Amino acid sequence: MKLNLAICQFRPVKADVEASLAEAARVFERLEAMTPRPDMLVFPETALTGYFLEGGVREHAMTAERMLERLNGLYLSGAARPDDAPLEVVIGFFELYRDRVYNSALCARLGEDPAILHVHRKVFLPTYGVFQEERFVDPGHTVRAFDTSWGRAAILICEDVFHSISSTLAALDGAQLILVPSASPARGFEPGPGVPGNVVRWDRVLRTIAEEHGVFVAAVQILGFEGGKAFPGGSVVFGPGGEAIARAPLWEEALLGMRLDLREISAARVGGPLLADLERALPGLLLHRPRGTEGGRPSGHEPEGGS
Amino acid sequence: MSGEREGVIEIPDAVHSPDVSLPPSPDDLSPLAIDTKLVERWLVEFLRSEIRRRRFEYVVVGLSGGVDSSLTATLCRHALGTDAVKGFLLPYRTSSQESRDHALLLADGLGIETREIDITDAVDGYAERFEPGMSDHRRGNVAARQRMIVLFDQAAKLDALPVGTGNKSERLLGYFTWHADDTPPINPLGDLFKVQVWELARAIGIPEEIVEKPASADLIHGQTDEEDLGVSYGEADLILHHLLSGYPADQLAEFGFDAAKIDVVRQRLEGTHWKRHLPTVPMLSSTAIGEWYLRPVDY
Repeated sequence: MKLNLAICQFRPVKADVEASLAEAARVFERLEAMTPRPDMLVFPETALTGYFLEGGVREHAMTAERMLERLNGLYLSGAARPDDAPLEVVIGFFELYRDRVYNSALCARLGEDPAILHVHRKVFLPTYGVFQEERFVDPGHTVRAFDTSWGRAAILICEDVFHSISSTLAALDGAQLILVPSASPARGFEPGPGVPGNVVRWDRVLRTIAEEHGVFVAAVQILGFEGGKAFPGGSVVFGPGGEAIARAPLWEEALLGMRLDLREISAARVGGPLLADLERALPGLLLHRPRGTEGGRPSGHEPEGGS
Repeated sequence: MSGEREGVIEIPDAVHSPDVSLPPSPDDLSPLAIDTKLVERWLVEFLRSEIRRRRFEYVVVGLSGGVDSSLTATLCRHALGTDAVKGFLLPYRTSSQESRDHALLLADGLGIETREIDITDAVDGYAERFEPGMSDHRRGNVAARQRMIVLFDQAAKLDALPVGTGNKSERLLGYFTWHADDTPPINPLGDLFKVQVWELARAIGIPEEIVEKPASADLIHGQTDEEDLGVSYGEADLILHHLLSGYPADQLAEFGFDAAKIDVVRQRLEGTHWKRHLPTVPMLSSTAIGEWYLRPVDY
């Protein structure tokens, strides 16, 4: 099975969903010129508003159903769309769900038979330093893989992927491709790599995930300055052997298409069956959890330094 | 390292040199080293983005002849082009001739338009007439605020955005006039320590005589920043970096940093938090601006 994947390093129009949707519609138009035509298109985290909204998140949140309706309307009205050509799209947005606001990403099928395939609600909400997410949105509680037209995918949003358990759960649930819509502000300008330190760290983390689990990993970043904080881009896709398949430039909007051969996953896992090893070991690991924790809480206080 | 597919640019795995993990040392300036090309690119992108977002085509920059305003004007020209940058020389009667010469040297090199507006009458119209015994310190503050009055008015006249020139060292040490130097709505150098400003200025080609001269606010004749502060920027910046990175003062002293200089830096840092904030407002409601009602600057 092969997947024609497109990732869109995208510059939102800050706090303007309508203007950002109009930009997204222009991306839909550009798909028609791509050969092969993408089966799936991935936008970044908070793609239709920008990331730093503070208390403004509620003003721009919408339900996943409404998001599907808006995206599909734009998709179907596109003049260059070939007849009956569906598109699976992944997009990050502030979601209104059961009267709460989440930092979510929707995977939906657009076309004549539109459907929501999955909604991932960001589990790990960074609330330190420049980040204040937990102040303004609620956390999700699950990481799941889901079926698509080409195979099985999972979505993790930004900090989700920095916790190794997230990608582990996704891989154990059968994900062949882990999609990571993200918004990572640049910091760290020491000499050496030629890119900000956080961009290098992203690479290291994503590559490690791809190699450990034998999965494809695609991180898609937003672009632009928000109040002095720079989202420089640096979107990247890794193959299951840990090799970089595609990389978007810094500072430029980019629509990158690539053909992923999902058979590479089994090839990688034959050579490095770490995921299978984990599956075998996991029941025992869970049975013999480390002492000192009970339900994730410290079991008691011990003096610093111990005795 | 895994292989890369053809045509895909590699990013190196190694981010930090092994030295970075060593304890802080007064002899190790590497924590302050910057990739000057990358920082220049960032600041130029920032200026383009912010000025466009605020719907301006022009900027006004006060040119003191010092490295901060020279670097700021240069970055603005790189971001917006020569015609978009309007330089203002705003001397007071005690300002040095060297400051003026260096401001003009910089502006000529950039090819940007300049205008000189002497603020002496404006400052002394208040100071000499109403407060003849005013101290140099107070007069310096009045001059700094007067410069902002002129700069903002010229910005209004030219439909331009004032661009600030304050660096991170001054901001952290409180070595600036509140609601004067810190007034412009955008400030490209605000997260660069002074030694990083110097490094970037050298890399970007600011004339040597501007970069290498002692830093001075030039508010008082013969004044230099480092004499005022009682510590060199090289020492202060490194101490500030480590304090802000979480090292307690007593631990830095254990690592060999000069305890008296740590004290100078810490006292200035801790005594000037108020200068890095907007005015304090007594909260009365759950819609208090900036406390409960939170919207980002670019919302």
